[in-house]
Amino acid sequence: MRYLLRRLGHASLLLAGVSALTFLFTAMVPGTYFDEMRMNPQISPETITALRAQYGFDRPLPLRYVSWLSSLLHGEMGFSFAYNSPVAPLLLVRARNTLLLTITSTLLAWAIALPLGIWGAERKGRLPDRLLSWGTAIFLVIPDLALALGLLVLSVRSGWFPTGGMASVDFEGLSPFNKLCDLALHMILPVTALVLSSLPLLIRHVRAAVADVLSAPFLLAASGHGIPKRTLLYRYALPAAANPLISLFGFSVGVLLSGSLLIEVVMSWPGLGPLLLEAILARDLYVVIGGILFSTFFLVGGNLFADMLLYWADPRIRTESHAR
Amino acid sequence: MKAQRALAGWLLALCALHGIVVCAGFFAPYDPAEQDRKNPYLPPMRLHLVDRLDHLHARPFVYSLKLREGSLDQYEEDTGEPHLVEFFPVGAHYRLLGFLPCRRHFFGLENARLYLLGTDAYGRDQLSRLLFGGQVSLVAGLLGAGFTLLLGLCIGAVAGYFGGWRDSLLMRLSELFMALPWLYLLFAIRAFLPLAVSPLKAFFLIVTVIGIVGWARPARLVRGVVLSAKERDFVRAARGFGATNGYLLRRHILPETSSVLLTQAVILIPQYVLAEMTLSFLGLGVPEPVPSWGNLLSSLQQYSVLVSYWWMYLPALAMVPFFLGYLGLASSLQERGAAYKMESENLGNLT
Repeated sequence: MRYLLRRLGHASLLLAGVSALTFLFTAMVPGTYFDEMRMNPQISPETITALRAQYGFDRPLPLRYVSWLSSLLHGEMGFSFAYNSPVAPLLLVRARNTLLLTITSTLLAWAIALPLGIWGAERKGRLPDRLLSWGTAIFLVIPDLALALGLLVLSVRSGWFPTGGMASVDFEGLSPFNKLCDLALHMILPVTALVLSSLPLLIRHVRAAVADVLSAPFLLAASGHGIPKRTLLYRYALPAAANPLISLFGFSVGVLLSGSLLIEVVMSWPGLGPLLLEAILARDLYVVIGGILFSTFFLVGGNLFADMLLYWADPRIRTESHAR
Repeated sequence: MKAQRALAGWLLALCALHGIVVCAGFFAPYDPAEQDRKNPYLPPMRLHLVDRLDHLHARPFVYSLKLREGSLDQYEEDTGEPHLVEFFPVGAHYRLLGFLPCRRHFFGLENARLYLLGTDAYGRDQLSRLLFGGQVSLVAGLLGAGFTLLLGLCIGAVAGYFGGWRDSLLMRLSELFMALPWLYLLFAIRAFLPLAVSPLKAFFLIVTVIGIVGWARPARLVRGVVLSAKERDFVRAARGFGATNGYLLRRHILPETSSVLLTQAVILIPQYVLAEMTLSFLGLGVPEPVPSWGNLLSSLQQYSVLVSYWWMYLPALAMVPFFLGYLGLASSLQERGAAYKMESENLGNLT
């Protein structure tokens, strides 16, 4: 319990640091959202000054930070100039779309990587393992960008899958079941891209962790006692290999919001990524800050989650933290 | 020994690849900005060895492309007249290695134009743009990685050597930087810098931004090495003889970090090339008309290009060998490191 509290304190300090840092960066911004208005002859300078005052841009930075913090506590996270609404609801809708994509692909990637990695580790150094490591190497060196674009080119030329967006034009008129099918069809491409881009590293980590344990002396002794290979693997090796994998899983959970940024933009999936990019190009400050903070929150949360899992799974960590 | 040979092989392959990009002017048939407005979005030409009459030629040749009857953007080969590929012809002016004025190219055509990877919307040769774009992207990666390592070295050395409040402050800061998702961090820092700038300024802006983003991990690694190095006997002895902090760091401690820095460099460079590509692809990086690997691909963001002109995607595949080379180099470096470790452990057991 004290362990949990300490970790929570650490995490919230980190988040406060991140928010302060991003705010500090905003102080150095050359140009704001209102600069573009200045180009428009129909908007008078007085209006712009009034708008600046309304959004508090005429106040010093620390005051702005404090007022932003209070709006955060009200669940608003500042105000978007471009969308003319509080930031939090905007982010929530987009985050939902992103999570739909990333949770599916993360689960899928783990479901593929675990058996493949274990399979490779079992046959370490033999042909299947070699094939596996060459296969992962090939996918490892294809950049996300090239992968996503390649999938797009392929699907456009073959016409198998819809490209772009998350729903067809006639989505509203469909029956609930057809809606689900339509959504799934639109998800295929981005999910494939995400799975393929995260799979090679996952497989390599799983393989390395299991192979490491399989060559440990205690397993050699156990197999010397005549314990069958299956039991050896599932009863003894896997629990011992779980530690690094749990950390990795925590990381996977952590990047749920931020890992798919590029692929969302390329595949025009209406998630956080495109929103953030638009906000950067339009100088919509609070959306940028909100987006970054949101994803950092997830990353920190993911780490915390992994630590909790480790605490639960590994008795060594429990005794260590009690001893302190 | 085997690891050593693999290392040499990867290094050689990487050098060859980089050599081609460094001498882009020589290997590219045209200037990357030269426009052939009559031929936008020309598909890649095929190299032939056997002509229409089944005659085998010693030199490869191409047919120039003409519009198919009754279509606006479908091309077909004009098999009437084969154009032999010339080697070492005299062509557009360029500067070899950036200073030697030169006109010889590796290959080209005498009285027609050769587009092995097709052309873009302005009729610019994609192959030439790919090669020249490599210069921008790879240099951005190299400079960015160098900058990061320098930053990491300084910060890690200060944190590890002086310790105390400086150490805890810097390490908390590095945790903060590592907690931020790095593409977001890249975006964030880019967001707070001017958007419309000249290509050269944009290039240095990007290098700086990319360089700043990654300092935390190398700094922590350097700190670890420095922490263990400063307690070594010969360092203590040197200090006992009255060596100053600067001398100790320069002479005895920082050389110890070289292998860590080398491995980090090999890991960081492709990452940073990728970062430049991503930024330029999204229009936040090096702007047109200067080619870079990112903005070569950015035309694929238009649906019409994606549907009709698939060869605009080819540059993406050309980059894969570079990343493969860096991955191979990194893994064989790690293998060598592991072999060294094992060897020294074995020696320790023997004595």
